[in-house]
Amino acid sequence: MGNLQNLGLVVFIISLFLFTGTIFMGSFHLSPSELEDFITEKGYQNELIKAELTKAIVTDKPLNIIEFSSRVRNAYAISNTYYDLLIRQYDAEKNWDKKGEQYQYKIFGKPHTLSFDLAKKAGKGYVKNHPGLMWMLTFGLGILGSLIFILPNLILQRKAGIKNNHIYLKASTNRGWIAWLVLIYLVSFYLLLYFMPDYIVNWTFIVDPISLFLNGSLSSQWFLYGFLYCTIMLIMALRMYIKYRDNNYQLIRTTSVLFFQIIFAFLIPEIMTSLNMPGYDFKNAFPLDYDFFFDWNLDHLRNSGSIGLFILIWGIVLTLFIVPVMVYFFGKRWYCSWVCGCGGLAETLGDPYRQHSDKNLNAWKIERWLIHIILVFSLVMTLVTLYCYFTKSLYFLGINSQWIKDSYSFLIGVWFSGVIGTGFYPIFGNRVWCRFGCPLAAYMGIIQRFKSRFRITTNGGQCISCGNCSTYCEQGIDVRAYAQKGENIVRSSCVGCGICTAVCPRGVLKLENGPEKGRINPKDILLGNNIELIQLVNKKEK
Amino acid sequence: MKHIVIIGNGISGVTAARHIRKNSNNQITLISGESPYFFSRTALMYVYMGHMEFKHTQPYENWFWEKNKINLIHGFVESIDTDDKSIFFKNNTSISYDQLVIASGSKPNKFDWPGQNLKGVTGLYHKQDLEQLEQFAPNNQACKRAVIVGGGLIGIELAEMLLSRNIPVTFLVREKSFWNEVLPYQESEMINRHIREHNVDLRLNTQLKEIKANGEGQVSSVIIEETREEILCDLVGLTTGVSPNIDFVKNSNILTNTGILVNRFLETNITNVYAIGDCAEQKEPVGERKAIETVWYTGRMMGETLAQTICKKRMAYNPGHWFNSAKFFDIEYQTYGWVWAKPKKNESRFYWEHKNGTMCMHLSFDRNTKEFIGINNFGMRMRHSFFNKVLTEKKTVNYVLSHLEDANFNPEFYKKYAPEVVFKFNKENDTKIELKKKNWRRIFSEK
Ligand SMILES: Cc1cc2nc3c(=O)[nH]c(=O)nc-3n(C[C@H](O)[C@H](O)[C@H](O)COP(=O)(O)OP(=O)(O)OC[C@H]3O[C@@H](n4cnc5c(N)ncnc54)[C@H](O)[C@@H]3O)c2cc1C
Ligand code: SF4
Ligand code: SF4
Repeated sequence: MGNLQNLGLVVFIISLFLFTGTIFMGSFHLSPSELEDFITEKGYQNELIKAELTKAIVTDKPLNIIEFSSRVRNAYAISNTYYDLLIRQYDAEKNWDKKGEQYQYKIFGKPHTLSFDLAKKAGKGYVKNHPGLMWMLTFGLGILGSLIFILPNLILQRKAGIKNNHIYLKASTNRGWIAWLVLIYLVSFYLLLYFMPDYIVNWTFIVDPISLFLNGSLSSQWFLYGFLYCTIMLIMALRMYIKYRDNNYQLIRTTSVLFFQIIFAFLIPEIMTSLNMPGYDFKNAFPLDYDFFFDWNLDHLRNSGSIGLFILIWGIVLTLFIVPVMVYFFGKRWYCSWVCGCGGLAETLGDPYRQHSDKNLNAWKIERWLIHIILVFSLVMTLVTLYCYFTKSLYFLGINSQWIKDSYSFLIGVWFSGVIGTGFYPIFGNRVWCRFGCPLAAYMGIIQRFKSRFRITTNGGQCISCGNCSTYCEQGIDVRAYAQKGENIVRSSCVGCGICTAVCPRGVLKLENGPEKGRINPKDILLGNNIELIQLVNKKEK
Repeated sequence: MKHIVIIGNGISGVTAARHIRKNSNNQITLISGESPYFFSRTALMYVYMGHMEFKHTQPYENWFWEKNKINLIHGFVESIDTDDKSIFFKNNTSISYDQLVIASGSKPNKFDWPGQNLKGVTGLYHKQDLEQLEQFAPNNQACKRAVIVGGGLIGIELAEMLLSRNIPVTFLVREKSFWNEVLPYQESEMINRHIREHNVDLRLNTQLKEIKANGEGQVSSVIIEETREEILCDLVGLTTGVSPNIDFVKNSNILTNTGILVNRFLETNITNVYAIGDCAEQKEPVGERKAIETVWYTGRMMGETLAQTICKKRMAYNPGHWFNSAKFFDIEYQTYGWVWAKPKKNESRFYWEHKNGTMCMHLSFDRNTKEFIGINNFGMRMRHSFFNKVLTEKKTVNYVLSHLEDANFNPEFYKKYAPEVVFKFNKENDTKIELKKKNWRRIFSEK
C-alpha cells in the first residue's frame, strides 16, 4: 500500500512538472492580418502601436511566452511613452487642443493583461493544437496520481476514527522543507495569476474546449482558475471523505461546500454568461464580494434587464437579511463551513495544514484589530463608491473613489485573500484570510458573538486538557482554554468546522444550536465536584 | 501574606495554585523536577504519535505564570523538614514555607522482575519516558517488536502509540480479559476484540517472568511466566499501574501508607501540610471511591477544594457523582455513576450493543426501585450535565431511557441509536417506554 501511494506521489509530481513545463511550450507570433484584426477589435487609433507590435511579434522567429510578453509590453511602453512625451510637450506649450488630442492614442490597461489578450491569439503549437491530450497529461495525470495517493487510505485507515498520526513528524505538514516548497509554488501561482496572466496563457489553452463548451468563449485566466479550484476541491474533498468517514457532520458539510463551489460559484455564472446574462455567484455575499457595489457592476446589472435587477435585490437581501438570520439560527458556520468558496478550499486543500494557526493570545489581539479594520475599510470604500456613483462625483469625505477601490482590490482582494490567504496555507494554516481578513466573517462574527443560538457546548468536567482541540482549530481558537474550565465556546471567529469535536478523545465538545440563555457560561469550578463548592464559587463569579 | 509552596506542577498542583491566586494574594511557589511548565500528562501519547508537539500539551502560555505571580522552580525536592517548615532540593538549596501542598503524583509500578531496570524498559508516565521511547522505539527498524506488560488504560495507550510507528506489539495481560476489574465482561470483551483487530498480539492470562538483556545491557527478550516462552523484543513497556510518588516524604514526619494519608480536608497529620491528587490517600475513602484516586478529574477537584481551605474557607473534599472517560484505540468510553464489573446484589443491568461491535451502552439500576445507578457508553458520547442531574434527582432507568435524546452528545447528523436501545429494553423488561424528542428547556433547566 505504501508503495502504491509513493507511485501516486510520483505520478502527481510528474504531472506537476508537465503542467509547469507547459508554460514554456509553443511559439507565439501573429500574421499581419491577425494583428490587424486585433487592432480593429481593440479599436486602437494609433499607428505607432501597430508599427511597434508588427516589429515585435509579426515574425517567423519562434518566440516563447516570456520573450513574447516582453516584446509586447515593450511595444506598448514605447507607444505610451511617446504620447506621454507629446502630452508633456503640448502641456508646456499650453497647446491644450493638441494635448487633449493625444489622449485617445494612449492605451490603458495592465501591460501583462494586454499581452495576455494578444497571446491568446498568437499562441501556436502543441498545447494549442492538442488541448485534450495536454489535459490528460496535466490535469488527468495529476488527478490520477492524487487518487492513487489518496484512495489506499480507505484500506490503510481501515478503522474509522481520527487519524492524525505523523502530522508533526512529516516535512509536508510540520512546516518542513516540503511545506516551504508548496508555499513557493502556491505563491508563484497566485503572482502569475494576478500579475502576469500572459505567462500562463498556455494553461488556458488546455481548458479552452471546456470553456467553449460551457460559456461559448475561450478560457480567460479566471476560467482556468475556477476550473482548477473546483478540480482541487473535488480531489481534496475525497481525501476529507476518507479521513473523516465516520463523522457525518464532516461528510455532509464537505458535500455542501463542494456543491456550492461547483454549481453556484462555477457552473451557474458560466452558463449565465453563455446566455448573455451577467455571470453571478448567487452565494457570494457582500462584503466578501467587495466589488458588488462598484460602478461597473451596478451599471452592468442595471443594463441587464430584469435578471440584473433581481441580482441587485438578491445581493442586498442576502447581506442584510439572509446572512444575519442564518447566523442567528446556526452560527456563521452555515456560510463559512458550508457554503463559502474560500472556506471550501480551506476545508479541502487546506485541511492538512489546519494545525498551523497561531493560538497565542497576541495572535488573537491582532486578529480582532485587523479583521474589524478591514470590515470598516470595505464599508467606507462602498459608501464612497455609492455616493460617487449616484452624485457623479470623484470624491467623498475627501477620499477619491477610484483610489480607494483600487487600494482595496489590490491590498485585500489580491494580496490578502489570494497570495497570502491561500499561498501561505502550508506555514500559517488554512484560514489566514478567514480569520484575519474577511470582512463578511467579521460581520457574521459580531452577530455570532452577541446574538446567536450557536455555541460549542463543553461536556461538564470531562476535559483532560490534552490540547487536540486547540491544535487542530484552524481559527486559532484556544478551545482547550474554555473546555478545561467547563465553559462553552462562544467566539466570533469560530467557523463551526467541527474538527475540534472530531479530534477530542474524550467527547467533550458538541456544536449545537439552542436557546440563547445560558449559552455563555463562565465557570470556576467544574461539574463533578462538590455541589456546595460549585454553587459557592460560581455564584461569587456572577 | 503567607508563602504557599506546592510540590508538583501537575493538574492538582496547578489547579490549587490557580485557585489560591484567584482567592488571595499569598505568595505561591510551584515546584517540579519534571518540566519547568505544566503540561498535560494525558496528552503524552499524542506527541509520540505526531498529533502534536510537546508545546501543544501545555495548557497555559509561558507568560501566564509570571502574570499571575506564581513563582516556578524547576528542581527535585529531596526531603522535607516539617519542624523547620523547609524543603530541601537535590542541588542542596532549600526554601521555607508557611503552608505546604504535596501534589507529587504517581510513578509507574515495578514488581521486582529480573531485568526491569535494563535499557529499553520503560513506563509511560513522565515526560522523560517519552524520550526513552524516542530513543529505543523510534521506528520499526530500531525496534522490531515491543512487549507491553499490564492491561490497563496506559498499556493500551502505549500499544496505540507503538502501532502508529508500525512497531509490532505483544500485549501481556494478567487477567482473563482486558481491564476486567473495572469493565463488565461485555465491554471488556468488546475491547479485547478491538485490540486484536488492530493486529496486536494480545495475550490474556499471561504474566511476565523476566526480561533478558543482550551484551550491551539492553532488552533482547522477555520470558513468559506460564509457558516459559521467550519473545524477542527491543522494548518493554511496564504499565502495571501506578503508585504514589512519595519517596521524598518517607523520612519526614508526614504520615504515609501507600500514599500520603489525608483526612477529608486533604490535611495530613502535620498542620499546614496538605496532599492532593494521585499521591494522596484518603484515610476513609469517599463513598464508593478508592482511597487513592489516580485520575485527572479528582486531582483537579482536590485542587479546587484545597484552594478554598487555604484561603480560609475550610472545605471538605466531597466530590459529586463519579464520572470518567478514556479511549481505547478508536473507541471512546465515558461513564457516569457506577457500573461495577460485577453487578451488586441490588443491581439490575441492561446491555445494548450495536451490530458493528464498536458501540455499546450498559445501564445499571436498582432491581426494585429502578433507580438509575450508572452508565457505561462506548463509541458514543453522553451529556455529563444530564447524568449528573439524573443521579442527583435519583431518577429511574425508565426516565433515562425515555430521555436518551437529551442525553445524547454525539456530533450533529450522527445516526440515532436511541430507538434501538429503547426497543431492546422494552422487549427485555416488558415495558412501554417511549422515546421523547430532544428538549432544550429540559436540558438547561437547573443543574
Ligand atoms: C499516559 C497517561 C494517560 C492518562 N490518561 C488519563 C485520562 O485519560 N483520564 C484521567 O482521568 N487520567 C489519566 N491519567 C492519569 C492522570 O494523568 C493523573 O491522575 C494526573 O496527572 C495526576 O495529577 P497530579 O497533579 O496528581 O500528579 P502529576 O501529574 O504526576 O504531577 C506531579 C508532578 O510532581 C513532580 N514531582 C514529583 N515528585 C517530585 C519531587 N520530589 N520534586 C519535584 N517534583 C516532583 C512530578 O515530576 C510531576 O511533574 C493518565 C496518566 C498517564 C500517565
Ligand atoms: S472552535 Fe472548533 S468548530 Fe470552531 S473553528 Fe475551531 S475547530 Fe472549528
Ligand atoms: S481535545 Fe477534548 S479533552 Fe482534549 S483539551 Fe480539547 S476538549 Fe479537552
